[in-house]
Amino acid sequence: MTESTRENAELLVEMKGIRKSFPGVQASDDVALVLRKGEVLALLGENGAGKSTLMNILAGLYRPDSGEIRIRGKLARIASPRDASALGVGMVHQNFMLVDSMTVAENVVLGIPKLPFVPNAARIRREILELSERYNLKVEPEAFVWQLSVGEQQRVEILKLLYRKAEILILDEPTAVLTPQESKELNAVVKLMQAEGKSAVFITHKMDEVMSFSDRVMVLRKGKVVAEKLTRDTDPRDLARLMVGREILFCIDKRPFEPKGLVLELSGVEALNERGLPALRGVDLRLRSGEILGIAGVAGNGQRELAETITGLRPTTAGAISINCVDSTNASPMSVIRRGVGHVPQDRVAVGVVGDMSVSDNLAMKAYRSAPLASGGVLRPKRFLELAKRMIEAFKIATPSPSTRTKFLSGGNIQKTILAREIEACSSLLIAVYPSRGLDIGATEAVRKELVAQRDAGLGVLLVSEDLEELAQVADTIAVMFEGRIMAVMPACDAEAERLGLLMSGAIPAEV
Amino acid sequence: MRLHFEKRKSLSIGALFLVPAISFLASLLLTGLLLVAFGADPMATYAAMLKGAFGSGRAFTETLVKAVPLMLTGLGVGLAFKLRFWNIGAEGQLVVAGVAASWVALFWNSWMPPFLLLPAALLVGCMAGALWAGIPALLKTSLKVDETLVTLMLNYVAILFAESLYYGPWRDPKGFGFPGSAPFPDSVLLPHIAGRAHIGLYFAIALALILWFLINRTRWGFELKIIGSSHKAARYQGISVERKILAAILLSGALCGLAGATEVTGISHRLQQGLSVGYGYTAIIVAWMSQLNPLAVVPVSILMAGLLVGGDQVQMKMGLPAAMSLVMQGMILFPMLAGSLFTEFRIRRAGKAAKDAQTMAPGGAA
Ligand SMILES: Nc1ncnc2c1ncn2[C@@H]1O[C@H](COP(=O)(O)OP(=O)(O)O)[C@@H](O)[C@H]1O
Ligand SMILES: [Mg+2]
Repeated sequence: MTESTRENAELLVEMKGIRKSFPGVQASDDVALVLRKGEVLALLGENGAGKSTLMNILAGLYRPDSGEIRIRGKLARIASPRDASALGVGMVHQNFMLVDSMTVAENVVLGIPKLPFVPNAARIRREILELSERYNLKVEPEAFVWQLSVGEQQRVEILKLLYRKAEILILDEPTAVLTPQESKELNAVVKLMQAEGKSAVFITHKMDEVMSFSDRVMVLRKGKVVAEKLTRDTDPRDLARLMVGREILFCIDKRPFEPKGLVLELSGVEALNERGLPALRGVDLRLRSGEILGIAGVAGNGQRELAETITGLRPTTAGAISINCVDSTNASPMSVIRRGVGHVPQDRVAVGVVGDMSVSDNLAMKAYRSAPLASGGVLRPKRFLELAKRMIEAFKIATPSPSTRTKFLSGGNIQKTILAREIEACSSLLIAVYPSRGLDIGATEAVRKELVAQRDAGLGVLLVSEDLEELAQVADTIAVMFEGRIMAVMPACDAEAERLGLLMSGAIPAEV
Repeated sequence: MRLHFEKRKSLSIGALFLVPAISFLASLLLTGLLLVAFGADPMATYAAMLKGAFGSGRAFTETLVKAVPLMLTGLGVGLAFKLRFWNIGAEGQLVVAGVAASWVALFWNSWMPPFLLLPAALLVGCMAGALWAGIPALLKTSLKVDETLVTLMLNYVAILFAESLYYGPWRDPKGFGFPGSAPFPDSVLLPHIAGRAHIGLYFAIALALILWFLINRTRWGFELKIIGSSHKAARYQGISVERKILAAILLSGALCGLAGATEVTGISHRLQQGLSVGYGYTAIIVAWMSQLNPLAVVPVSILMAGLLVGGDQVQMKMGLPAAMSLVMQGMILFPMLAGSLFTEFRIRRAGKAAKDAQTMAPGGAA
């Protein structure tokens, strides 16, 4: 199907006047949406814009307060995912909904209404393999879901829809959990389905994905549709402005790069991962104060282990680490903290904060050891509150109150809480691991600005990121990591995306 | 009517008190049904229990006598539970401490100045309790051995060890074959307040206050809370998790140990059968009912002790089975466990709930 026929193709879905409210928010506010046959529609919006809500309504998970839905021109009453499935609508949710203890094949057929009491396992297996072949979705039908990576789990979710012969596929932020490589593969799968005449709604908050995946884009802000355009008539800058409702800084003001003394030095550092396999294989790095050193690489190539080794959370098996020119090889986490090192960990929710404790307690989790928060081992609750109020204001953390339990904050605000605490506590080195992962563009901008501000204030910043755009924007120096090795170190201004990509995938040999 | 749970954003103070109270009432109700089944009048039975436990000065001091070991073990168990260290070995820690205190009382008076004997007995008792709790703690922190089983098994070891002493080498030769040690010297006996109630009560109340302060107002307590929520998060904050757990469990064992030491020096005045009557298990109920709040342990222990004393009275006066008060204890725990749901969650009725019924639906909030 060519693009022009697609633009006039049959209307598959028409949603009109959709409203849906949750306590305190209008998640969908008089939304209208159409989807044509063979088209990929991108649904763009910041976190909380109402993208998932709108699509959950179409997929039968939520009931709208008002509004109507037509599928292939006929008024549809979608009261459950099963109704949606019968109409050919299927959704891959933001949080996957697979049963861990069951196999891939079992998950694929789970919930199919007309499944015989004793299903024909061999036939199901064959059908799954056929589909997986046809769409290039590699899966092993007998594998258990708990054995799969997130990327593989996503393939199972997609297969599940294809197996049910879904014609309208909804993908809710599918790339959030994928590596850049896997995202590319997903893109190919979507294009393949499109070529077969299937339609898709692709939810995202990333502009470049809108450009590469979609034919048409609808921008949501605070539950309302703020724009609807053909993708070829727009550009990322335009989309960003529409999405946030103001001009977005794609480049952050920073002072010229004037590095000073050495803050961190690693020579020949090696460490093991949880399974006892080498995670770092002789890492050499140097970071000076007033410098942002970006670590580029596909997630899982030793970045987390690098941060943990420096901060004393993981033993160094060979080599040496020095912080502020003092040897800290295998120093305890406490002594690393005392040397003025802040750490924004990869796992925010399970490590970065204590969800059951209040925002104010979490903000104090570094400073509680000494005056003014404590004197002689006794805490001073008033000072806790003062500190919390000041930091909540300074970092614009959106929380109902300082005593709210932290697990009730959104991802972006949890991240700001961690960042606020770590910046406050650190005086020489700040290590940030995927600090903007999963955050919307507004929060991402705030986090990046803060990193630059700390660099300008004279800290050394070690930024682990998989987002090349982010690295280009904030880093002064970029080091590429692949399979536990540093492949190359270069000034950020010399880094070309092409070369970084090749280094990241190990396609060209190490240069150092 | 459709009900619907919603996670609370902050713990409601009301629920903190309401839940134990409602659980207690629910247990009265359930036990009431059971009493009817036994052909007894529940109201009369409860009245008799109340009178038996609190109705006279003598009754009340007897209740306090039982409340003291419940408070001390309740504090100890609660402290361990705060760290999610499932210490169900309070009974064994109590018994071992009773043995240790008896050892001091029986054999140290030959050389120790009399005024030091009582403090020494209490201290050695605490140390023995700490040691007994320290074994599972060390196994857990160094080898990741599950503490639930170890603490439970050590109860039997302690109880049989005590028995072997008062049936064997420590048996009083002048005791007419009665299983028990010789009586302790007077200098090691705990002073009494009224009736059999002894000054262990003051210790328990003071320790509840101190523990509350330690947990809520000190760096140490702050770190315990972090460890109790997540070991990973604690390690990341630079806290030495294993050391802190070990220290806290030693303290937990010491508190349970003090219960044993005050029992032998304050009540039985010798080592004999009846040291292990299940305080260490009731302590688990006390700890949950107090929602791990040391201050709440004091009134809750008095309530539970009242239940025990009142239950005995009813058994004697109304001819009901002795197990009745134990049944009641158990019946409190069930609504309590269900009740903890209500401190964490809030119930909403269908009308209001229908709209946001999907709060719990997977894939809901972004
Ligand atoms: N099940 C729910 N209960 C209460 N509020 C919800 C629920 N689902 C979404 N919301 C709220 O509705 C708004 C839109 O959420 P959502 O559709 O998930 O946004 P998006 O997917 O664009 O990030 C947010 O403010 C969110 O907090
Ligand atoms: Mg969403």
